[in-house]
Parts: sequence; structure tokens; C-alpha cells
Amino acid sequence: MAYSEKVLDHYENPRNVGSFGKEEEGVATGMVGAPACGDVMKLQIKVGKDGVIEDAKFKTYGCGSAIASSSLVTEWVKGKTLDQALDIKNTQIAEELALPPVKIHCSILAEDAIKAAVADYKKKHEA
Amino acid sequence: MLKFPIYLDYSATTPVDPRVAAKMIPWLTEHFGNPASRSHAYGWEAEKAVEDAREQVAALVNADAKEIIWTSGATESNNLAIKGAAHFYQGKGKHLITVKTEHKAVLDTVRELEREGFEATYLDVQENGLIDLEVLKAAIRPDTIVVSVMFVNNEVGVVQPIAEIGEICREKGIVFHVDAAQATGKVDIDLDRLKVDLMSFCAHKTYGPKGIGALYVRRKPRVRLEAQMHGGGHERGLRSGTLATHQIVGMGESFRIAREEMAEENARVGKLRDRLLAGLTDLEATFVNGDLAQRVPHNLNISFAYVEGESLIMAVKDIAVSSGSACTSASLEPSYVLRALGRNDELAHSSIRFTIGRFTTEEEIDYTIKLLHDKIGKLRELSPLWEMYKDGVDLDAVQWAAH
Repeated sequence: MAYSEKVLDHYENPRNVGSFGKEEEGVATGMVGAPACGDVMKLQIKVGKDGVIEDAKFKTYGCGSAIASSSLVTEWVKGKTLDQALDIKNTQIAEELALPPVKIHCSILAEDAIKAAVADYKKKHEA
Repeated sequence: MLKFPIYLDYSATTPVDPRVAAKMIPWLTEHFGNPASRSHAYGWEAEKAVEDAREQVAALVNADAKEIIWTSGATESNNLAIKGAAHFYQGKGKHLITVKTEHKAVLDTVRELEREGFEATYLDVQENGLIDLEVLKAAIRPDTIVVSVMFVNNEVGVVQPIAEIGEICREKGIVFHVDAAQATGKVDIDLDRLKVDLMSFCAHKTYGPKGIGALYVRRKPRVRLEAQMHGGGHERGLRSGTLATHQIVGMGESFRIAREEMAEENARVGKLRDRLLAGLTDLEATFVNGDLAQRVPHNLNISFAYVEGESLIMAVKDIAVSSGSACTSASLEPSYVLRALGRNDELAHSSIRFTIGRFTTEEEIDYTIKLLHDKIGKLRELSPLWEMYKDGVDLDAVQWAAH
């Protein structure tokens, strides 16, 4: 399969790989996908007191496009408020990475990961 | 000097041995006669070359040359054997038996016969990939006319108990067909001893050219087939079509070399495989697919847990291997062979088949071991599943949101 340069770059040099400590202040986690489907993404955001995402980390089990989509998303959410992060759409991810049609689901999963992480943050902080 | 990508896919196809290629060329240019031409020397010399090659093929499997029919490859041989026998013997019954891990050339042929009104049983295999003879015996019915079992599995390399199956079939008067495409030059085949009625061969997995194969059709006791290809009555009417002299010469030469060199070659290749096996099972959470003892020496099929199949293939682009993952073809269906062995979808997806051959070097094996260590490590560093596994989370107990 021919991958775009951008997918290959994120695959070869994934950005922000890793995990935050579970007890760290302002950390929320979104885990989406299923091993049997071939993709699992874990996206973590670290939100500052001002409600801005200071940092993000990811781990992904999945194909090159899934790895690239989640790597890209960690770059995009940084510096955004939660609402701004929720505005990131899968179509933007797919366009940026020039994903082929059979890989669109990877960008949808990355969008879902953002939503799941934000929901986790809100659950922890608005309860 | 390593040449990239390193070829470790000898069960997909092999290069033509230079000795084989050299033998073939004169039969394309100089000695171009039609072996069926009876009226001049061009035809006579081509016919002699074809018959010499038939002897060479027969010799590798201890058969009589008269029992060898030329075809275009193992797919055609499988079609001719199974359809030919089913059609000829349908008056006796309409039930066929084969195995879930067979090659598609057998499975799809049997499926086609089902559409024509035959009935079929697809046997399960054990976790090690081998069939259980008791399961076979239980599947046999009074109207069973054909049993088809492959000699060596193409994905996991396990060697089925052909001698024992032959005894069972012969006792019941059932035609026994064996797809031996992956077996020639790898295991000893003695058709004088084995109670096999039909056996399929091809050249291109044994250092011969693509596009040529053969079917062994037993004469004593005689097995009858209905031809699938009609025309000039070549090959005793079983397979019409002008014989491809150069291809046939190539197959003969490749089988001659296999017969003479297989003992030495298998010992060398087996050592390389064991080196690879030791180097890779070194990694945590790896699983060898298929029985290790009852297996051809050149095959190693391993699943690497917690890494995804397609990213694994991307990561190892320096080596040419096959994957149990079908993701790259836009389908999510993993290897049906590994599923039949009871592997779950994830492990089936994250498997790699390494097949070593005549031209593989120790340096290439060592490079491969190092490459896999680096890349599996990197992908696991990236894998949330690996992290959970290391934290002691039972992944089977997690509620995943299917998507």
C-alpha cells in the first residue's frame, strides 16, 4: 500500500508517544477501538488551570494510518481549549495525512479519541 | 553484502536456479519443435526432452514416468484431480472430504463441486495444525468418493500424516488426492509406499519456473479421471494442450537437483531456521504457529502479541515475508489457516511467515533477528495493549467498544 509522506513521517517518528502518570493533575484519558478490530488508540491530555490543553500523549495499536492519525492529533490539541479540541474533525485529519478511502476509519477513531479524552476530563472535573 | 529486501518468502515462490534456467533456454530458441510433431527431428528431440523430464519428476517421488501428467501448475493439478475424480466416480457417491487449512485451489474447487450438487466435509485441525485421524475416520461416509489433504501446509509448514490417511482411504476404496506443491524437495515422497492415488506438483516452489506443474495419476490400482481440458488428446487425453517444452525441461531439471541435493540442503536450511527461531522466540510474548516437530525445515510462522499486523509489515520492509494479516488488501479477514489453528484475530493478524531457501545466508538471518528485535520493541513501546499487558491487565476481560 502506498502511504503519503506525512503518514510515513508520523509512523517513522511518532510525536508525543507515552503516558502520563495516573495521578498527575489535570490528566484525562480516552481509549477507543478494540484489539479484534485491529486498532486501539489511547489519547491522554493534560489540561492546565486555565482550561487549555498543555500537553498530550498517545499510544496506538494499529496500522500506519492509525499511528499517524493519533500522532497528528497530539500535536493539534496542544494549546487548544477543550471546546476547540472538540472542533477537530476526522475529515481534517484525513485531509492532512492524505489517507486513502480504506483508512478513513483511522481518522474517525482519532476524532473519537479526542472526544473520549475530553469526556473523561469533564467527568472528573465537573462531578 | 546484503541485498534488500532480504527474500524470506520461499514458500510464495523461489528464484529459478541458474542451472535450471541454463537448461531451459535452448528449448526456447534452438530446439523449438512441438513435442507432438511426429514427422520430423524438431518434434522428436522435443518429445525426448519432455520424456526425460517426466522421468526426472517421477524419480523425485518414486513413481513411474507413465503416471506423470503435465499441467500448468498445482492449481490446475488440484482442479483436474478433484473435479476429474469426483466427476468420474459420482455414480458411486457424491461426498468429498477435505481440510479447513487447505490451499484455496483445493477449497474453491470443492466449493465449486458443492454448487454442482456434491456434498463436502471440511475437517477441523488440531491446535498444532495437524489433522486428527479419528476425526477423518468419523467423517467418512458410505458415499465418500474423494479425500483431499495437502502434504505440507503453505502457511505453517506442518506435514500431514499422509501415509496413515492413505491406509484409511485405500481400505475404504476412496480416491486419495494430495496437494504436494509445498512438499517437493522438502520431505521424502515415496509413491511406491504411500497409498496416494493423485498428487499435485508445481515447479516454481522448488527452484523451477512458474507456469508448469504435474499431476501424478496412479496406475496400480488404476485411478480414472474425467478430463477438464479438451483438445488434441495430449497426455493420454487427460490434459490437452501443446506441451511447453522449455517449462517442462525446467521442471525436470529442478526436480533432479532437488532429489540430489535435498538432504544436504534441508540440513543447512533447517539450521538457519533454528537460528531464526531461537533469535525470535527470545522476544517476550511470541507464539510459534503450527507443530514444530512435524514441520518442513524451512518454515517459521510466528505471532507477535500486542503489535498490529499491518504496522508490523510496514516496520519490516527490509525483509520480504508473508503476513497472516489481510489488512493491506483492505479486508479485515485474517489468515483462515491461523484461525483454524485456534489463534484469535489479533494473533492471526500479527503473524509473520518466514520461509528460508537455497540462497539464504546466515548473515541475512542475523540481520532479520536484529531487525525484528528493534521493530517489535518500537511498536510495543507504542502499543497501549503492551502497556496494559505489562501492568497486568487481563485484556480479555476489558470491555472494548467495537467499531
